[in-house]
Amino acid sequence: MPQHTLSVLVENTPGVLARVSSLFMRRGFNIDSLAVGPTEIPEVSRMTIVVNVEELPLEQVTKQLNKLVNVLKIVELDSSNAVERELMLIKVKADLATRGQVLETVQLFRAKVVDVANDSVTIEATGAAAKLNAMLNVLEPFGIREIAQSGRVAIGRGSRSITDRALRAVPGAVNG
Amino acid sequence: MERAPRSTTSTRTTNDEMGTEMTETAPETITGAQSLVRALEQADVEVIFGIPGGAILPAYDPLFDSSIRHILVRHEQGAGHAAQGYAMVTGKVGVCMATSGPGATNLVTAIADAYLDSVPIVAVTGQVASSVIGSDAFQEADIRGITMPITKHSFLVTDPAEIPTVIAEAFHIASTGRPGPVLVDIAKDALQADTIFQWPNELALPGYRPTTRPHNKQVREAARLIAEAERPVLYIGGGVIKADASAELLELAEQTQIPVVTTLMARGAFPDAHELHLGMPGMHGTVAAVAGLQKADLLITLGARFDDRVTGDLASFAPDAKVIHADIDPAEIGKNREADVPIVGDAREVIGDLVRALKKQADEDQLVGEYAQWREFVLGLKAKFPVGYDKPSTGLAPQTVIERISKVAGPEAVYASGVGQHQMWSAHFIDFERPRQWLNSGGAGTMGYSVPAAMGAKVGAPERVVWAIDGDGCFQMTNQELATCAIEGIPIKVAVINNSSLGMVRQWQTLFYEGRYSNTDLHTGPESIGALRIPDFVKLAEAYGCVGLRCESEDELDEVIAKAMSINDAPVVIDFVVERDAMVWPMVAAGTSNDDIKIARDLAPNWEEEDL
Repeated sequence: MPQHTLSVLVENTPGVLARVSSLFMRRGFNIDSLAVGPTEIPEVSRMTIVVNVEELPLEQVTKQLNKLVNVLKIVELDSSNAVERELMLIKVKADLATRGQVLETVQLFRAKVVDVANDSVTIEATGAAAKLNAMLNVLEPFGIREIAQSGRVAIGRGSRSITDRALRAVPGAVNG
Repeated sequence: MERAPRSTTSTRTTNDEMGTEMTETAPETITGAQSLVRALEQADVEVIFGIPGGAILPAYDPLFDSSIRHILVRHEQGAGHAAQGYAMVTGKVGVCMATSGPGATNLVTAIADAYLDSVPIVAVTGQVASSVIGSDAFQEADIRGITMPITKHSFLVTDPAEIPTVIAEAFHIASTGRPGPVLVDIAKDALQADTIFQWPNELALPGYRPTTRPHNKQVREAARLIAEAERPVLYIGGGVIKADASAELLELAEQTQIPVVTTLMARGAFPDAHELHLGMPGMHGTVAAVAGLQKADLLITLGARFDDRVTGDLASFAPDAKVIHADIDPAEIGKNREADVPIVGDAREVIGDLVRALKKQADEDQLVGEYAQWREFVLGLKAKFPVGYDKPSTGLAPQTVIERISKVAGPEAVYASGVGQHQMWSAHFIDFERPRQWLNSGGAGTMGYSVPAAMGAKVGAPERVVWAIDGDGCFQMTNQELATCAIEGIPIKVAVINNSSLGMVRQWQTLFYEGRYSNTDLHTGPESIGALRIPDFVKLAEAYGCVGLRCESEDELDEVIAKAMSINDAPVVIDFVVERDAMVWPMVAAGTSNDDIKIARDLAPNWEEEDL
């Protein structure tokens, strides 16, 4: 199934993450990754959700998401027209004998070492999923002790912004 | 949704600082509970169904002095269904109230029911004090989390200043767009704390913008498809009733002379007496309605959602039909069946626009659909396969009871049914002539809906006769509300269609489980069928302060119904002891194609003979 990256702008309120994730669960969609963070507008948070679904169910889940009162806007980012990044922290075995080769790999993938111990190093790497996987493959033989990986974040290329006009108030629909 | 506290008005602060007396502009300090009641008054609430308890208790004190009538129910589920019944007959938002924990969880079934049938209700629940939320405090339940998948929206209020805004937003969300249930959970300390009442001038709901105006281009495209079609059907759902679009629908049907089917939720949206009406489609639909959809080349779908109980096996449903699908909820369009022309909008606006577009198309382009042959075919089916039943050689036929009640009480009465055989018989044998005449639990299929929903309906429309048509199984789930009805002066009439069993399940056991009646015998019938008559519904009615009547044969039927109709100062319960082997026909077995509809056991229409 094809992978889709959704950028979802939501009101920054408690419970909104639960609403979004439970909707995916209830409608039977698996989330591959989910990243939440603030935006340039303090009241608005951005969720980047990666899902593996066909076009038709994707349309359905997008429509269902749009029905959530706290969801402001949903944009599907086309990977050919967006910058997509994940962050990975990797703890790799590295003693005196292998440390040189590990550091070489780090250089090769333009990653960096953020912590060193006698028998291991911790590497910070960012990039698209393919690059991180490639690096993991190369590091595998040295012995990977632990991985922490973020969800994907993504932003469209070019000057346009998806947060424009995201906050438009509903005027005067009040009783009495 | 919690928010940061808002600053209160500066007038008050200034006055306090200056040590002077409050001026007229100074807002009055009240409790959160008073603010809640004032907000409900401001939202035009006239009645609340509920039960007090610890966490919601502060709200019941100002409620005591309010213009709002509070009806003390006997179980919170009853409060929820009553709010639904009230909402369905009035078109307004129904309100129910409960305390935290079990009080709130008892509302869950009714909330789920309202969600599936798009009924506008607001449920107000008390929550434990904000300082102990999350600590498994006494009577604590995360009701917002529990109801998240079955509410249109929900709020948790811990700041009393939020109360008026949240109530205004809750009523707006519940009643606009596709209606639905909204939960407002308020922490006890927020009800007790001091606050200032400020009704919002405008609502800030940037993520909530329902589309009500249909797109012109889509409407024109729909009009073109309608003119080109040879075998169109108007497939009408509950959305037409919610949008109060019956008059527009009648105009559209008469203008185009296109046959109409009304789903279980739409019974009454189009008069049964109308020649073009083919009846109800679906699992227990009429042959004309089911075949009309199956053989159509165009479905004009208005406020319906291609529910599995209508479509049967989806892949073989209406295989030759193009689909125009108009709904206020864009997520319904294309969910089950792809739409050739999707239209997002309010049913009333959509139908009004369609009528105008068709007229314009006829005047300007001389494009008018011609369906005489098709009409002849489906109306022929309607004449040949009317909904009927065989009377048993002995005993009382349940269908006769319902038919006769409808004849006596007429279409100006309101009918609320439970779920099961009696529901399907009611859908077929009651004469539905007007919208909001029929209440039932269509989507959720909630047994026990009938009595409390009828109670809510009678409160919303006290001038109308309200009949609960219930089953003996359903009735035993919520009949405690008879006490509420008797004490509060809500004289509903309850027809218990008593076949001494869980009838619909029993029917399936007859048809699909070789007559092995596992756990469907309820023993509410008479000794003559080997039952124990537990409980005795007549005695039960009397114990609850209602009039209890019994009818065991067709000879007594008219007299008993007449007696029930003559009693207007107390609720009446009639135990109609009916023949237990009666089945609901027609029927499309679950998961099979609508082409395989049976009009009686092992009896199907001969489609070769009926072909166009």
